This record gives sequence, C-alpha cells and structure tokens, in this order.
Amino acid sequence: MAIPQIDPSLIEGKQNYGTIDEMIASVVTDQKRHKRIWFIVFGLAFLLMNCLIVAVTWLLYRGIGIWGNNVPVGWGLDIVNFVWWIGIGHAGTLISAILLLLRQPWRNSINRFAEAMTIFAVMCAGLYPLLHTGRPWLAYWMFPYTNILGLWPQFRSPLIWDVFAVSTYFTVSLLFWYIGLVPDLATIRDRTRNKFARTICGAASLGWRGAGRHWHRYEQAYMLLAGLSTPLVLSVHSIVSFDFAVSIVPGWNVTLFPPYFVAGAVFAGFAMVLNLLIPVRAMYGLKELITMKHIDWMAKIMLATGLIVFYGYICEVFYAWYSATNVELTLLMWRFTGPYMWFYWSLILCNGIIPQLMWWPKLRKNLVVIWIVAFFVNIGMWLERFVIIPVSLTKNYLPASDRLYMPTFWDWMMFAGTIGMFMVLLFLFIRFLPSINIFEVKDLLYKMGGPRTKPAHHEEGQA
Amino acid sequence: MIHSAKRTGPYGLIAEFDSAEALLEATQKTTDAGYRKVETYSPFPIHGISEALKFYDQRVPWTVFFGGLIGATAGLGLQTYASVVDYPHNTGGKPFFSLPSFFPVTFECTILLAAFGAVFGMLFMNKLPLPYHPVFNASKFHRASQDRFFLCIEAVDPKFEAESAKAFLEALAPLSVEEVPY
Repeated sequence: MAIPQIDPSLIEGKQNYGTIDEMIASVVTDQKRHKRIWFIVFGLAFLLMNCLIVAVTWLLYRGIGIWGNNVPVGWGLDIVNFVWWIGIGHAGTLISAILLLLRQPWRNSINRFAEAMTIFAVMCAGLYPLLHTGRPWLAYWMFPYTNILGLWPQFRSPLIWDVFAVSTYFTVSLLFWYIGLVPDLATIRDRTRNKFARTICGAASLGWRGAGRHWHRYEQAYMLLAGLSTPLVLSVHSIVSFDFAVSIVPGWNVTLFPPYFVAGAVFAGFAMVLNLLIPVRAMYGLKELITMKHIDWMAKIMLATGLIVFYGYICEVFYAWYSATNVELTLLMWRFTGPYMWFYWSLILCNGIIPQLMWWPKLRKNLVVIWIVAFFVNIGMWLERFVIIPVSLTKNYLPASDRLYMPTFWDWMMFAGTIGMFMVLLFLFIRFLPSINIFEVKDLLYKMGGPRTKPAHHEEGQA
Repeated sequence: MIHSAKRTGPYGLIAEFDSAEALLEATQKTTDAGYRKVETYSPFPIHGISEALKFYDQRVPWTVFFGGLIGATAGLGLQTYASVVDYPHNTGGKPFFSLPSFFPVTFECTILLAAFGAVFGMLFMNKLPLPYHPVFNASKFHRASQDRFFLCIEAVDPKFEAESAKAFLEALAPLSVEEVPY
C-alpha cells in the first residue's frame, strides 16, 4: 500500500529518534525541567480542588437542597456542568480515534494529551449525576444486579442509557489511553536513572520489549479500538441528548439534538485542547512537535464545528415556528427577550460571532487571538447548555408552574471545584507521564523519511 | 516452556542496527536463509516487518469480533430477561419487549466487551505482562525502546549454530552482534 505524502512541517527542526525522546521523555525523567510556573498553576488548581471537597462535603451533609434546583427546574447547574464536561472530553476521542481511522498523521503529537483530557473531563462529568441522585452511596442501584427487591433498572429510560454510555465511554477511553502509553512507559523505563521511576514504569509497561510480533498484534488492537471508539463517542453524546430529546419539555423535544450535541461537544473539546496546549507547548519547549500547522488545523475544525452548532441554533428557531405550538413559541420569545436573554445573546456572541474570526489565516497564526477565541467558545458552550437545560424548564405548559432558576453559591463552588480537579489531574499528568505519544511521533518521522540531518521548514507564531 | 529445555546454552544472538530500513532488510535475509525462531525489536511498529518475519496472525480481530458478539447477546439478553421474564411491568403502555429502547444499552455492551477483547486479547496473546525476559540481558537492549533496532536469532531455532549464526549476522553489517545469556 502506498504511503500518502506527509507534510514534513508536521515535525519541525533537525530531529532524529533520540531528540524526540529527549524532548518528550525528559519532561518526565528530568524533574528539574518543571519550573516555578508548574507549582503556581498546580497550587492554584489544588486550592480550587479544595473548593470541591468543601462543596461535596456540605452537599452530603445537607442534601441537594443547597443547590438552586427546585420544581419545576429539577435539572440545574449540575446537569449543565455534566453535559459541558462530557462534551469537552469528546475532542480527545475524536482526535485519537477518528483522526487515526482517517489516517491523519498530524494527530500523533496531540492525541495523548487530548486523551488524558478526555479521561479527566469524564471524571469531572461523572461526579455531577452521581451527586445529583442525592444519595450517591446508593448509586449502584442504577446498575442491573439481582437484589432482594427483585427490581431492575428501567431500560426504556434514557437516564439508564446514560449510565451505560458514560461508564463504557470512561472504561474504553481509559483502556485506549493506557494501551497507547505502554510502549512509551517502556521508553521511560529504559531512559530514567531514577530507580523508583524505573520500577514503577517497568511494572506499568508490562515488560514491553517492542518485539515485531507484539507490534503486529498491538497495531491490530489499537486500530480496532479506534474503530470501536468512533461510534462510541458519537453514541455517548447522542444518548446524553436523548435525556432531553426523548422528553416532552418545550425546547427539548427536538430530533435535531443528537447531531447538534455531538457537534457542540467537538467544538468545545477542540477549544479546550487549544486553551491547554498553547500554554503547555510554550512551557515545555514542544513547539517543534506541536507546530503552528497543528494549531491552524485545530482552529479550522473549531470553526467548522462552530458553524454546525450555529446551524443548530437557527434550526431551533425554525422548529419553534414550524411546530406552530404556542408553548414552543413562548419559550422561544422567553429565550430572546425573557429574564435570561443575556445568557442567550452572550451565547450567540461567543459561539456564533467570535469564532468567525478564525476565517482569517492571519488570525489563525496569532496564538493570543486563537487562545481568546477558544476561551470564548468554552464559555459559549457552557451558556448553550444553560440556555437549553434550566431555561427551558422555567417555562411550562401550565403558566402557574413557571418559576425562575438561579444557581446558588454552592452550585458555583462545585463548578469551580471540578475545574480545579481537572487542572490538578492534568498537571500531574504533564509532570509524570509522557504528554506526547513518543512511539507514534517516531513512526511519523520514519514515514517522513527517517532521521534528519537538516532542519525542516520552520514557521513560528507571532506571540 | 521451550526455553527450559535448552537452558544450558545462550538464549540467542542479537544484532543491532541503526535504522528501520536496515532492520527490515536484515530480517528479510534472515528468514530467507531459513531461520525461523527470529524476532525483531524496535522502538515503533515498522510496516513490512511482519511479512519479513513470515508472521501472520488474525486472532486479535477475531477476539474483538467474538467479544462484541458476546456483549451484544448479553446486553440484549439482560434487558429482555429483566423486562419480559423476571419483572414484566407496563411502562407507559410500551411493550415488554421494547426493542428500539433496548438498542442503546445493547450497543454500549457490544463496544465494551469488544474493547475488552482487543486489549486483553492482545495482552494475552503477547504473553504480557512479563516481568523478566532474557532479551533484556543484551547490553544495549535498553535502546530498543529508543533509537536502535535489534534482530535476534534464538538458540531454539533448529538451524541455529553459534558459529554459523554469528557469521551470518555479521555479514548483515550490523553495529554489533552479541550473545544473549539467560
């Protein structure tokens, strides 16, 4: 089979297999590379994570009455944050699985980081429905097991589909990530001079020795996992959207939801990858592996998925009109002009208008602009979930049951806390595991023609 | 296993190469010369090495297939048993066997068990985890995960003779040839 032409600027500089090891593995093996900035960010994130501990402790003591949720708005910030976090996780699977199947070699230097992001985001997401049940110590009731009540979960309910989808997604993402790590852990085992690190990495790498027969089966398994993860990631956010679309709540009962949610998830996920990778590649001197080309392409995907999402907003307006149902039209006007109009119009600004800046190639070379756009997208996607979830619930078939929703201090505290937990996990990952896939970058270099004696074309951002 | 029968001599002879192309060519020549118990060691998967080793194995894909099949059967079976046999319950007038509603869980179970098949099947067939392997005794083998490419002819190969195998490997122009002890 002919190897398609690979753009040589995907790896910059005069590289050979040794320099790739040095660039990536030394972040782990040489702990002196972590400067004060690591401790500052980690410390702040750790403080935020303590907010989570306080918020959850108080929640377990007092019950979910401390949140702003109240009938008719049973799903408030907890579900908004659940959907937001799950969505962020999806870029990881998209980059690692879908781009692998499409034979996009540029994924090789960003997939590990994005997969780690997926796992940590799903961990944050999982906390919300778990705590939302009110009695998380009985969470096992959601799983089918033979019990003395003789009861089973309601398999016709999207909420049970969610349990299966999210737990499968987490498990498969974790396996995919770990299997990708095994050969790299072997590299670290063989490079480190620290006996403790060698023992840990030696055990975690399962005695990997890079045998040809092993690689043969490894590649089969890795490719098949990618093939399995691709429909999985699409199913997870589709099922999350069924939580809403299968109901009869105005503003939720829309067949557009599954693809609209999946596109939104990819949109938010790529924005988060950009927000995190732009500072990290500067901090750890990874600019020759995560190049301006990578950032340019990620910005383009962000733009493309942003347009799909914006199409979704237009469709929502159309559906409301086309349904000719009074309650749908009332809800539409409620979003446009009601007390939550600022959320709606900020959402249009963040997700609809600001990402359009990415049309200009010049702006896609400006890291500051990209970072700010991605940041707005993250806010916009959060607002989108807010507008869809609690705002739809404040307007009902029976006007007497309308009631406004406002998150409380504890809602915000827990949200801040999960951001802290996410950052803590991510910074531990950057410090103690190779954040770029070493063997796949070497493979990419080999396919580009092997070790270089001259540097490839070099292009740097203006920031 | 096979190794224990011949624990007296060396594990094999290992040659070191500095590029994937050189390893590929050397492997082809070694298997063409009639050696069978040959293994390569490289920092990344090299396309064509399985063919050069005359190695063909499709058991991992089949494990994935049967994992998925078991997952689908178990997922659908569980839901049917729970909703039709063990606790039939009228929910909103829906039939006990609500196939469309049972698809999402069936699908997730399929993916989960197929993924288990891929990961654990691959590890099982590769006989991993394996904390000790004699090939790690080769003095430069730590570079097999970094920037060197190795070719090992094992002593259990019927054609293996210390002198002739060494001469054969040296003719392939490696960086070094070394005996791997147990």
